[in-house]
Amino acid sequence: MLTNRRDVLKRSALIAGLMLESLGYIKSAGAYQQKAFDAKSVLELYKSLGLSMPTESKLITLTTPEIAENGAVVQVAANTSIANISRWIFMVEKNPVPLIATFNITEDITPAITLRCKFAQTSDLIAVAQLSDGKVFYAKREVKVTLGGCGG
Amino acid sequence: MSDPMRIRLQSQAGLTTVKVLMSHEMESGQRRDEDGKIVPIWNIQDVSASLNGRVVMTAEWGGGVSKNPFLQFVIKGTKSGDKVSISWRDSRGDTRTDEALVA
Repeated sequence: MLTNRRDVLKRSALIAGLMLESLGYIKSAGAYQQKAFDAKSVLELYKSLGLSMPTESKLITLTTPEIAENGAVVQVAANTSIANISRWIFMVEKNPVPLIATFNITEDITPAITLRCKFAQTSDLIAVAQLSDGKVFYAKREVKVTLGGCGG
Repeated sequence: MSDPMRIRLQSQAGLTTVKVLMSHEMESGQRRDEDGKIVPIWNIQDVSASLNGRVVMTAEWGGGVSKNPFLQFVIKGTKSGDKVSISWRDSRGDTRTDEALVA
């Protein structure tokens, strides 16, 4: 039995929170894949994302600069002619945190994604395409960095 | 409240290229200040894009995305007057949503 005002308030705040969460207004704390962003290596990352080892595919096109003067801002793009891609995973192999971003691709957009990311040092950019049937493919491309992106 | 995003739309034959420039520090959590202390991570974590209120793309970002992030993607099946809206939420719980209309 709730007797005092504080308990009642606490309980109603909790219930309101649960209701908002179930309506999808608030993502629960576990939704953001913190574990994947904590992974320190590409192998660890595949494991935390629950991916099988991807196979290399020539159907994935990566557009990157060959040399980046400033590792803090490197524009990279990925595209693929593979059908039914459901997720892109962008990583920079030698960064302290290899995972840069994941994108959930719906039928309403094309698979072409461009974004700017940080390179701590010369490294491969790896883009992994996960298909709706669970198959995974990747492509990689080296970017030479003359000035690192994590120090400054 | 953070600065508004800049959203540019270019449409051709039902395909709309969306270019977004967000205003955010995107602190990686790797950098040290003058005293040698690690500057805590502060980054955009969740991004979503919708067309006329229907979600067409969601993304999760880490601290490895550049400061003042740039993002480009292409929405299919758009027509004049459609509303494209982009939202983000960062690791401090701040959010921002901006919209643009397909010309």
